Amino acid sequence: MTAVAEQITGLVGALRGHGVRIGTGETVDAARAVEALGLADRERLREGLAATLLHGPAQRAVFDPVFDLYFPRGVGGPDGESGDREAVRDRLAEALAADDRAMMARLAVDAVDALGGYGSSPGSDGWSAYQTLDRLRPQTLLARVRTDVRGRDGSGAGFADRLLDDEIRRRIEEFRRMVGAEARRRVAERRGRDEIARRGVVPTADRVDFLFANRDQLAELRRAVQPLARKLATRLAARRRRAARGTVDLRRTLRSSLSTGGVPMRPVLRRRRPVRPELVLLCDVSGSVSGFSDFTMLLVQALHDQFSKVRVFAFVNRLDEVTGLLHHGRADPEGLGTRIHAEATLTGWHGSSDYGVALGEFAARYGDAVGPRTTVFVLGDARTNMSDPNLAAVREVAGRARRVYWLNPEPRDRWGTGDSAAPAYAELVEMHECRTARQLSALIARLLPV
Amino acid sequence: MFTSVDDVSARLAETGYLASPAVATTVFLADRLGKPLLVEGPAGVGKTELAKAVAQVAGARLVRLQCYEGVDESRALYEWNHAKQLLRISAGRDESWDETRTDIFSEEFLLPRPLLTAIRGDEPTVLLIDETDKADVEMEGLLLEVLSDFQITVPELGTVAATRRPFVVLTSNAGRELSEALRRRCLFLHIGFPEEELERRIVRLKVPGLGAALTESVVRVVGALRAMDLRKVPSVAETIDWARTLLALGADTLDETVVRDSLGVILKHQDDIQKAAAKLDLDAL
Repeated sequence: MTAVAEQITGLVGALRGHGVRIGTGETVDAARAVEALGLADRERLREGLAATLLHGPAQRAVFDPVFDLYFPRGVGGPDGESGDREAVRDRLAEALAADDRAMMARLAVDAVDALGGYGSSPGSDGWSAYQTLDRLRPQTLLARVRTDVRGRDGSGAGFADRLLDDEIRRRIEEFRRMVGAEARRRVAERRGRDEIARRGVVPTADRVDFLFANRDQLAELRRAVQPLARKLATRLAARRRRAARGTVDLRRTLRSSLSTGGVPMRPVLRRRRPVRPELVLLCDVSGSVSGFSDFTMLLVQALHDQFSKVRVFAFVNRLDEVTGLLHHGRADPEGLGTRIHAEATLTGWHGSSDYGVALGEFAARYGDAVGPRTTVFVLGDARTNMSDPNLAAVREVAGRARRVYWLNPEPRDRWGTGDSAAPAYAELVEMHECRTARQLSALIARLLPV
Repeated sequence: MFTSVDDVSARLAETGYLASPAVATTVFLADRLGKPLLVEGPAGVGKTELAKAVAQVAGARLVRLQCYEGVDESRALYEWNHAKQLLRISAGRDESWDETRTDIFSEEFLLPRPLLTAIRGDEPTVLLIDETDKADVEMEGLLLEVLSDFQITVPELGTVAATRRPFVVLTSNAGRELSEALRRRCLFLHIGFPEEELERRIVRLKVPGLGAALTESVVRVVGALRAMDLRKVPSVAETIDWARTLLALGADTLDETVVRDSLGVILKHQDDIQKAAAKLDLDAL
């Protein structure tokens, strides 16, 4: 196998490891693309491989870092002397002011080489993007770059000038990304790129654990709500169509068979009355799982035209209806969590979650929200802080509703550890592990009533 | 059709389409590998324009299939001309049934629709399947045979294979998730918003009368708006519209009054306009 073929298959393997589905046919296409494009221009190669291997824009975020590992910009450290911290900072300020991408990329290489190395014995040494950026502090260059740019243009009074700060911040962000890529490349040279491709590349937002997602990833998830809802709506509609032609209507089949002398030549299928189901959501919005419940609430709200009625309740240790808040929350998904906490009564005497009290309150106050056509989803980790889980309330709701599902953002092997009452609840209602947006959308497509 | 990636960029530029490196590379590959090209991206970044430009460059005929909800076989592939068939039957009254039957299902009575037209032609053809996401899922099944083997099976006639492969471009706004089967048969190209430099060149090309400084400011403001969380971010089409508006207003620099008055050209929702005004420090609207 030639080196390039090996690089391509390695790249494909790493992408598959990150959940990108690539068939053999695409790999062959990728190889043909490399043949047609040649290896001279790296950016063209990147675009060519992306065109042949990827199927959607979301996969690009995984592809780029993996590509950088398998088709690295170069080998080893920078050619010349990289200089000390102050020299790098000076040159970086210049490059940022001129928005010179090529220079910034070169500086990222120099910076990692000069400032990012740690450890000295083989096996424990490496290159750290975090350490590089911590020592270099590119964000503190903002004021200096601003003065630079203003001075260069002379005027500094133009209208677009008020956007300058944001633009410089974006450039700095870009530089941080370059440093990250460079550090990964250097580490990969030392440790083997397969391992770095597997562990060092951030997964796509829909595969990030809800409980460990950082703010940016949650924001990205929120942006993905609308497309995801559209996708799910298509799947639900398909399920509804399939379900609509199903069983034989015996009475009407026999009636129509009279015209063929009593022989049922043509079976008449039962017509389904287009009944849209009702949905009730009970969401734990305490700090530990709030990212998960926020996202799910927005998703269900985006799907609202699939249901005749959606009601959403939030709780910590008291429970309150938030359907109205959610409806207005579409314009501002970022502030949803804060507004729910500010406007709904969610806590009583203390601030930690109490499933027993909240579920009891739901059964008592909003019991009429649940009827034989209602499907209830409970979202939460079932960690009751050692208080009574109030199984009777769950039993009552389960008895009244059509189905009750419990979505738990914790991994299955942690159910029942510590103060988790998950196994007790799981005996009464169907409980599913739901750790990532990908799992959630699969569950919703399967579990939602049609 | 093309000899190199640079050739693609240069020749597309001649027709007035400035291609980013990603676009040029992918178009070149689609031509070289003979695979259909699936183009996705927000509205107004030039997906349909790309197909038109390629057709113009290659001197090819552009066959367009506009997809919509409910588009079906008889609109996309072919249809039998029933009226003509009836006429033929009544004209040949003395013929035997066998003669008539073989006769009325011949090419003469076939009405070709875009896909069949594109496949059957001898001249170079660019087939544009526009807004594929608007069509129903069943329609994708029809496309699979065309896209992978460039052939169409008409039950009464047999299989019509392409004598000359058309250059196929599918566009989608991602309104619906296209099936994996369809995606696997295509090269995938996502056209996003262009880099600042490219967008400046686009504006210069499309609105040549606008001063360099103003072009620069326009592109910067639009870039800043795109970074915001808006309901509908301005696209390249809006940038050009705005540039034309400013030209028509006779503005030579951007200032608060001009921006406030013309913000409606680039932003289409009232709450977006309010958000942008706050961001750009315009006085309250």
